Amino acid sequence: MIDPIKPPRRKNPLLRTRLPASPPRPRSRTSHGFTRAAAEGRFMLQRCEACGSFAYPAREACPSCLSADLAFVDAPRRGMLLAETTARVPSDVYFRERAPWRIGLVKMDCGPTIVAHLHGDCAEGAAICMSLQLDKSGQAVAFAHPEGDTPNMADDKQWREMTADPKFRRVLVTNGRGVIGQEAVAALKAAGAKTVFVGVAEPWRPFAGEERLRDQDGIEIVTLDAADEKSVADLAADIGGKVDILVNTTEYVRPGGLLDRRGTSIARDEIDQAYLGFINLAQAFGPAMRMRGADGINSSAAWVNILSVYALANWPAFGAYSASQAACLSLSHCLRAELRPGGVKVMNLFTGPVDTEWFQMVPPPKVAPRAIAQAIVSGLKGGLEEMYVGDVAEEIRQRLAANPKALERELDR
Amino acid sequence: MINSLRAPYDGVVIAAPVTIPYVRYSIESAQWWIGRALSALVAQAGIKVSDIDGLCVSSFTMGTDSGVGLTQHFGLCVRWLDTIPLGGASAIAGLRKAARAVQARDADIVACVAGDTNHVDSFRLTLENFSRFNQDAVYPYGAGGANASFALIARNYMRTFGVTREDVGRIAVAQRANALRNPHALMKAPLTMEQYLAARPISDPIHLFDCVMPCAGAEAFLVMRDETAASLGLPAARLLSTIERHNAFADDPMQVRGGWAMDVGELYAMAGVKPDDLDVVQTYDDYPVITMMQFEDLGFCGKGEGAAFVRQRDLTIDGDFPHNTSGGQLSVGQAGAAGAYLGLVEGLRQVLGTAGPTQVRNASLALASGFGMINYDRGLASGAAILAGPSR
Amino acid sequence: MQSKNLLELASAISSGAVRVVDLTFTLSPDFPVIVLPPEFGQAAPVRIQEISRYDGRGPAWYWNNVTFGEHTGTHFDAPIHWFTGKDLPNNAVDTMPPKDMIAPACVIDCSSQAAQNPDFLLTVPIVEAWEAKHGRIPERNWVLLRTDWSKKGWRDYANLRDDGAHTPGPNPEVMKWLVEQRGVIGFGTETIGTDAGQAGHLEPPYPAHHFLHGAGRYGLQCLCNLDQLPATGAVVVASPLKIQNGSGSPLRVIALVAPT
Repeated sequence: MIDPIKPPRRKNPLLRTRLPASPPRPRSRTSHGFTRAAAEGRFMLQRCEACGSFAYPAREACPSCLSADLAFVDAPRRGMLLAETTARVPSDVYFRERAPWRIGLVKMDCGPTIVAHLHGDCAEGAAICMSLQLDKSGQAVAFAHPEGDTPNMADDKQWREMTADPKFRRVLVTNGRGVIGQEAVAALKAAGAKTVFVGVAEPWRPFAGEERLRDQDGIEIVTLDAADEKSVADLAADIGGKVDILVNTTEYVRPGGLLDRRGTSIARDEIDQAYLGFINLAQAFGPAMRMRGADGINSSAAWVNILSVYALANWPAFGAYSASQAACLSLSHCLRAELRPGGVKVMNLFTGPVDTEWFQMVPPPKVAPRAIAQAIVSGLKGGLEEMYVGDVAEEIRQRLAANPKALERELDR
Repeated sequence: MINSLRAPYDGVVIAAPVTIPYVRYSIESAQWWIGRALSALVAQAGIKVSDIDGLCVSSFTMGTDSGVGLTQHFGLCVRWLDTIPLGGASAIAGLRKAARAVQARDADIVACVAGDTNHVDSFRLTLENFSRFNQDAVYPYGAGGANASFALIARNYMRTFGVTREDVGRIAVAQRANALRNPHALMKAPLTMEQYLAARPISDPIHLFDCVMPCAGAEAFLVMRDETAASLGLPAARLLSTIERHNAFADDPMQVRGGWAMDVGELYAMAGVKPDDLDVVQTYDDYPVITMMQFEDLGFCGKGEGAAFVRQRDLTIDGDFPHNTSGGQLSVGQAGAAGAYLGLVEGLRQVLGTAGPTQVRNASLALASGFGMINYDRGLASGAAILAGPSR
Repeated sequence: MQSKNLLELASAISSGAVRVVDLTFTLSPDFPVIVLPPEFGQAAPVRIQEISRYDGRGPAWYWNNVTFGEHTGTHFDAPIHWFTGKDLPNNAVDTMPPKDMIAPACVIDCSSQAAQNPDFLLTVPIVEAWEAKHGRIPERNWVLLRTDWSKKGWRDYANLRDDGAHTPGPNPEVMKWLVEQRGVIGFGTETIGTDAGQAGHLEPPYPAHHFLHGAGRYGLQCLCNLDQLPATGAVVVASPLKIQNGSGSPLRVIALVAPT
C-alpha cells in the first residue's frame, strides 16, 4: 500500500540543504544499450541473433551459443519476483540516506534474471512489469512495478527518485506568450504542480491567451526575457530557489535558409532568443537547480527543452531555424552533463512542425500544442530524457537511424 | 558423473600453518601482512627464504602489485608463480595448483599465502572494482557490497526450504562458542540465540550477526613433497583429494546449491573416505546460510535438509560435528582473501594436533571448503579439500 | 556674437541659472520598442551584456557590450531613414550638418486632448491657435508635441490593441504645413514614433516621416519631460551617434532653459 505523499511544508530557512548524492555511476560500454532504452521509455534486452536467447547483464557473447551477434531489442516486460530484500544499512551514501531501500530478483518471462529496484506494491511470487529508468546518477536501472495499477502508485518513494513528477513541484515555463507555453502551463497545473511561473517578455505588449493565464490560482505571470541577461538574473534572484522544474518554451520560428534571406538580422534574433536565451537561463537557474536535487519532496528534478526535430537533420525550408535548434540541442547535452551531479534530468522533447502560425503553410500532419504539453507531463512522470512527439518527429528519428544521407536528400525537396 | 578418477595426490603434503593475528584496522599495506606471513612460514619450517621456489598469493588490497612484484619485494626467486583472484575459493584453488607443481617437481617448496590490510575505505574500494556484472547490474541498486546479493539468495533459500532464522542462527551461535577459545578471534563476547535473533537487520533477512567483520590479517601454509617435509623434520598433513568448480548450475534461477554438489562424489572417492569419517569440517561461512548449503552439497545431509541437520547436531568443538573450530570468519574476522585460508589453515592445525585451545580430540581427518566471487546474483567459485594428519 | 556670450552661457549652465532638462528615457531592455508586422525585419532589442564587473573577467573594471537598433528608445531619425529622403544630400547621421544638432524648440501642449483620445491628431488649426498665443513658429525650430504620454506605465504607453498601436501624432496636413509653411528643422514626440500609432491609415501613410524626411528634416521620439519646457525659448541639443551611413540612433536629448 502506498501512502499518498503530502504537500511539502515551507522550507526551514535555518537548516542546511541536503546536497545531492549519486548512486553508483560506472557502467560498461555495452550496458549503455539500457541507457538508450531508459532515455526513451523503452524496455530492451540483448537478444542473440543466432539462437534467439535473451541475455542479462549486458555482455559480449551469448552465454548459450557464444555468438557475438547480440543486439538490443524491445523485449517483453513481464516477469516474476523471486526474492526481495530491504537494505537497511547500505554503505553507499545515496542509498544510506534513503534507506530502507527495497530491491529484488526478477525472473523475466523471456528468460534472464534481473536485479531490480522494487515498487512498494511488488510482492514475492507475483507478476511484475519491468521498466528501465534513469536514476539520479543518470544511468539506467531496472525497476519493477506490480502488474496493473495500484492506488497512489506514482507516489512510491523509490519511483519518485527515478522520475521528475510535477506533483507538488514548482515549475517555470519560460515563455507563456505562445500557445505551446500556455498549454504546458495548463497541463502542468492539472498534473498537480503547486505553482507554475509563466515567463512573459515585453509585458507592455499584449498577447492572445493572456486573460486566461491571469485568472488562475497557482499560476504566476513573471517578467522574463530569456535573451536579456539582466531580466533572467533578476527573475532568478526572486524565484531561483523555487524552480523545481524548468520548461524552456522559447519559440522563435521563421522560414528561410541561407540564400533566400538577406543579411543576418533574423538569424541574429534566432540565436539571441534560442541560443543565448538558453545560456542565460542555464547560468541563472542551473546552479540552484543543481544544488537542490535532494531537497525534499519538491526537490529540483528536471529541465525540459522543446526542440524541433530538425535540430537533428536540417530542413532547408526552415534552414536557419534548424541550425539554431541544432545549436540548442548541443547546448542541452552540455547542460545535461553539468546538471547530472545534482540529479537533475535534462529532457529534450523533439517535435515536427507544430500547428502554429509560422508553420501555417506546412501540410499535415502537424503537432497540436496540447500534444506537446501532454508529452511534457508524461515525460516528466516517466523520468524520460528523449521524447519524439508526433508522427513527423518519430519518422525523422527512424529515417535518421536508418540512413542519414537518404534523409538529407529527402528533406531537400 | 565420474568416468575415471583424477590423478591422486600421492606424495603431496601441506605443512607450516601460519596465522598472523587479525586487527580491525591497520595502517600497514597488504604487502606488510604478506611479508609477516612469509617470515612466519620460514621460521616455522626452519628454512631459508631462498628455499621457497614457488609462490601462490591472493589479496584484494595489493594495489597494483601482483605475485611477481612480491618476488622482488621479498627477495624470492621462484620457478613457479601464481596469483589467485577467486575470493573465498582462493585457498583451495591455490592448494590444487601448488600440489600439482610439487608433484611434477616443477617446484619443491611452494608458499601459499593470502593477506589483506583493512583501511577505513578498503572495503568500499575493493567492491567498486570487483566485477563488471556487479558494476553494471548490482551496485546501482544500493547493494553496496555482498549483503543485498546474499540477502536475496538467503531469502529464496529460506523460503524454498522452510528454513528459519533460528535454524541459521545455530551455526553462528556455535561458532561464537568455539571462538571464545581462540585468543586471536576478534569477537570476544559470547553470543546467545536471543541476541542473534534480536540483532538489527542489515538487508532482510540478513541481520548483524550473519555478517563477517572485515579486518586486516594474513594466513599461509607450505606445499611440498612428503620427502621434503621429512628431510626438514616438519610435521605435515597428506592431501587426499580436492574439487573445484566455477559457475555451476547456471540455469538455477536462484542459487540454492554450490559447485560442490557437482563433484562431491569425486571428493570422497579420491580420498577413499565417507562424510561420516571426517573428524572436523571447516566451511566458508560468509554467510551462515551458505554454510548450511555446504552441509547439503558436501554430503552431510540431503538438499533442503540443512535446517534439520543443524537442529540435530552439535557444531561446537566438543560436539558431535565439530565445525569452524576457530570460530570461522563470523567470529574471527574476514581478512580479505585470507578468509579463504582461515578454514584450511585451521583444518591443517587440527589434523597436525597443533590447534591448541581449539583442538578437537584425536582429529586426524579434516575437510575444508571455499566459496566466493559473488558475481551478479550468485557465488561463482567453489572448492573443497580433504586432509589427513600423520596419525591416520 | 562674442565668445564671452558663450562663456556666460557655460557659466550660467554651471551655476544652474540656465537649467539643463534631460528629455531622454534611460536606454534599457525593458523600454517598449516599435513593433512591426512579424514578416518584416525587426529592430534588435536593447541588450546589455556585462563583459566584466571587478571580477575574474576583469578585476579592476566594469564594462558592457551594448546592442540596439538605430531606432530604439529615445532616438533620432535622419532623412535617409524614409524613402522620401533617400536621395537627398547629407541625409545620414554621419553627414548631416552638425549645426542642425542645436536648435530652439516650440512646445505645443496637447496633453488634455491626448488624455481624452489616444488617437488624437495634431492639426493646422490647433497649431494656429497656439501661434495666436505664442507667436509664429520661427524657421529652423523644432516643434515638439507635448502629450504627457511619457508619464504613462509602459503598457499604456505602447497601447497596443488588436489593430495596432493607438498613440497620438500629427495629421498629414499639419506635417506638410510645418515643413513647407514654417520651415521646421524637425518634429519631436513623446511616443514611439513621430507618427501616430494608426498613421498607416493616413494619406500619405506615416506623414511625419513622409514629409519631414522628404524635405531633409529630422525626427525625435520617445522624449520625456516636455512638461518642464516653456512653450518657446528652450534650446534643444540633439546629436545622434556618428554611425557610418546611419539612419538614426539613440541619443541624449537635452534642452537648455533660461530663467524666466
